[in-house]
Amino acid sequence: MMLREIAHARSGDKGNTANISVIAYRPEDYPLLVADVTAERVAEHFRGIALGPVLRYEIPSLGALNFVLSDALAGGVVSSLALDAHGKSLGSAILSMEIAGPRVTEGGDR
Amino acid sequence: MGEPRVLRIATGAGYSGDRIEPAADLAQRGRLDYLVFECLAERTISDAQLRRRADPCGGYDPFLEARITAVLDACRRNGTRIISNMGAANAPAAAQRVRQIAAAMGHTDLCVAIVIGDDVLDICRQQDVALDNGLTVGALGERVISANAYIGAGPIAAALAQGADIVLTGRVSDPALFLAPLVHEFGWDMTDWDLLGKGVLIGHLLECAGQLCGGYFADPGYKDVPGMARLGFPLAEVTADGLAEFSKLADTGGRIDSATVKEQVLYEIHDPARYLQPDVVADFSKVTVLETGPDRVRVTGASGTARTGMLKVSVAYHDGFIGEGQISYAGPGAVERGRLALEILRERLVALDALQDARFDLIGLDALHGAGLSRGALPYEVRVRVTARAPSADIAARVGHEVEALYTNGPAGGGGAVKTVRPGVALASALLHESQASARVVMLEGVSA
Repeated sequence: MMLREIAHARSGDKGNTANISVIAYRPEDYPLLVADVTAERVAEHFRGIALGPVLRYEIPSLGALNFVLSDALAGGVVSSLALDAHGKSLGSAILSMEIAGPRVTEGGDR
Repeated sequence: MGEPRVLRIATGAGYSGDRIEPAADLAQRGRLDYLVFECLAERTISDAQLRRRADPCGGYDPFLEARITAVLDACRRNGTRIISNMGAANAPAAAQRVRQIAAAMGHTDLCVAIVIGDDVLDICRQQDVALDNGLTVGALGERVISANAYIGAGPIAAALAQGADIVLTGRVSDPALFLAPLVHEFGWDMTDWDLLGKGVLIGHLLECAGQLCGGYFADPGYKDVPGMARLGFPLAEVTADGLAEFSKLADTGGRIDSATVKEQVLYEIHDPARYLQPDVVADFSKVTVLETGPDRVRVTGASGTARTGMLKVSVAYHDGFIGEGQISYAGPGAVERGRLALEILRERLVALDALQDARFDLIGLDALHGAGLSRGALPYEVRVRVTARAPSADIAARVGHEVEALYTNGPAGGGGAVKTVRPGVALASALLHESQASARVVMLEGVSA
């Protein structure tokens, strides 16, 4: 399943650092985000783009994760030669990540 | 006991080039106490500094006149006070221009205040301040364009206390533009970290204007937004305890609900528990969003801890020139011809070893995220884009010249070539102790016709 099916996202920039929020449409899908959308997987998804470490913050009250990608904006909006110097399109790009579908365990509890 | 006092604050702009109609609508129909225009991006103030150097009366926001003209009558009629960083690099000149506009519109009793002191270039030069990119202000010498500190809410609140109808600032922290009227109206203590954190969240949600109301949100089939052509800007109703409800005017387009608000809570935030501001370290990590009606949302749970005492300073400096050229290819084999064009350009431009760095993109295929995420999908058309930094404008211009020359020296069927050269500006950050940036308020009362 594509992440897009259960979450929305928006990216922002500060200097050469991008942040991407990933927000579950339904609160019950938040644990799936926590389990599957790890900092390691996001770093792998953006290999070649996020050149520095990727940090993840959990915000359970919003059903959201916030990823901070350092050295991800080719120098930052003012000096970058990139077409999308703000990294505004990164929020859409993360939604193509494949994640496991809702898990059904024996006994029926997810 | 009556109802608790509710302050109505709205956003009139989320950036300098923002639409003006939603602000005019809010001024007329919003029953506002405050209308706030946030118009300074990271790059904007260095552009403004360059304009001020070219013209001592320039350097304020280019849309100042249009915005003030569009809202002033309604704001005066409704008792709405205006706060904005449209002063940019020249708040005194902005204030004079506003007074001229007001006089021409018959508002001769207007009190305009300016906040100055964000320009800390002299201090940074004296102290040879270190930048986050490893350089220092001194090492950059004459290349430095500007150094502006992000000032807090204090001086704006002081200007309001002195009776300002309009407060114009240069660089201040964006949320401080909205926090200041709360501090002033409710008498919040500037060491009440919990209330200041709540106020910063209110400012953070409002500062991007239409983004809270479904602007920059729509994704057809997943996130639908009605009436986007008439997108309204947000309005907050705030009580003295920092509780806020967000809405937009009836009969405006857009949507404001828990999804649009959650995206904005985390927009351009790093650690949600430590959002560094000049007034407070805000904590958004326990924020909750509750829909209380159609296009009406209550946001609770923000708090804060003591501010660090350090102000972020944004330093802009000249950094060579940037040349760019683009040309398109379409039809069968478009991608192969585009790739051939890039190979040719690479070889021709490598001969100019004065190029400092360069990018070779195929727009439509891999320009935004490289080859990894595009997974090789084949488009009908692509656009070649080459851009490079160079030490002089002449060398930078060669980039566009070589792209244009593909018309008679490149692959088949290229069309729509364009070329540009612009001065490169780089930005770096520094930290300065708050005691070293002494912001102050200047009141300009009345308007001479």
